Amino acid sequence: MSAWTFLWAFLVGGAICAIGQVIMDTTKLTPGHVMSILVVAGAVADGLGLYDPLIKFAGAGATVPITSFGNALVHGAMHEAKIHGLIGVITGIFEVTSAGISAAIVFAFLAAVFARPKG
Amino acid sequence: MARLGRSTWAFGERQVAVIAASTVAGTWEGQGPLSDAFDVRLDDDRAGQDSWERAEQAMFRRAAEIACEKAATRPANLDLVIGADLNAQLTSFYMGLRGLARPMLGVYSACASICEALAVAGLAVATGFADVVLAGTSSHTSTAERQFRYPTEYGVQRPPTAQRTVTGAGAAILARGRGKWQITHATIGEIADFGVRSPWEMGAAMAPAACDTIRQHLADTGRSLDDYDLVVTGDLGRVGLDILRHFLVEQGVASASLVQERVEDCGAMIYREDQPEVFSGGSGAACSALVTFGHLFREMERGRIHRLLLCATGALLSQVSAQQGDTIPSISHAIAFERGD
Repeated sequence: MSAWTFLWAFLVGGAICAIGQVIMDTTKLTPGHVMSILVVAGAVADGLGLYDPLIKFAGAGATVPITSFGNALVHGAMHEAKIHGLIGVITGIFEVTSAGISAAIVFAFLAAVFARPKG
Repeated sequence: MARLGRSTWAFGERQVAVIAASTVAGTWEGQGPLSDAFDVRLDDDRAGQDSWERAEQAMFRRAAEIACEKAATRPANLDLVIGADLNAQLTSFYMGLRGLARPMLGVYSACASICEALAVAGLAVATGFADVVLAGTSSHTSTAERQFRYPTEYGVQRPPTAQRTVTGAGAAILARGRGKWQITHATIGEIADFGVRSPWEMGAAMAPAACDTIRQHLADTGRSLDDYDLVVTGDLGRVGLDILRHFLVEQGVASASLVQERVEDCGAMIYREDQPEVFSGGSGAACSALVTFGHLFREMERGRIHRLLLCATGALLSQVSAQQGDTIPSISHAIAFERGD
């Protein structure tokens, strides 16, 4: 890993966020729409075999933004599909992403225990 | 008492008086430019309660109590209590004031509600169906966010046209005869809907309604803008106020310089421009109540304003209509005040 990785991570990660911001500012789409667009874009990019090379190139610049979630969904589904066939698409979707989803549930629970989630 | 033109009620010059008014301001409002105009400045928007909704109810109750104290009366002497807030089923009004145990009328025209409440209260006093009436409204930034927008934790980005819902409550007590302030006219507004859908552009959605009501009021009463020392809208914000001034000049209501001098907006007055995250200004049912009962009534007492037209503006969207992508109908009702001598 060369020092350049930091620069590419910064630029690629920043570019993905900038795309999201431009969509927010120039259209009437809600934040939910923008998030879905980025997730689907990540999934499509992985389907085309483009996301892995991007991760290799930019590291966390590609894995931290929400596009990486779409990539992970497709990754898990394709991997399981190879082993178990069509049913693997269903079981594999959350294989790679389960850590993130479980963490969200666990941390939300902990926050609710220690704070007062009343709004 | 007479009906003028299409939609204006003339109560007569010395028939309906505001004998006392009270204001309870939230933290940001209390730090704004009108800070010293409020009776109570809270240093905690929870007001010692365990939810935002209960906090808003407590503010409403406090405003009603202070208004009664100032009018040297007791809640038991109120013949009628009229009010509104932005929560579904008017919970701040009904639950906040349930302890008063007086006849109550809940009204709703979103942030234009204070004018609707004052109009109905004025009507009750002028006709003699009630001698002493309390009219008030409340709003709270956190209850409004929860109901109409996004959860605070979501941290959604807002455009510069967005407004901050005012936290606080205001109440006025009306009685027959003469007082510090007289209510002379009420003009009931019509719906205006120019197809704005974005809840971030309330000022643009409501400006046509305010323009219509101001024009209708002037036409019905045969007055001109020059007859008022100040015409103040409820919560158009800086963006909406610019649009309204533009409309008024374009439609020949008055010259650009007179419009610039006489037409203002409570939402544009309640916060400093450099306060963080207030964007275009304030909004909410308490916005015009706080600015009018706090700041503008004081200006009238000091003799700086003799005649005032308050055109509170309301965006009539609901949580469901907004989610279904419907357009935002708007309404504005006007109340004309005169300094009591």
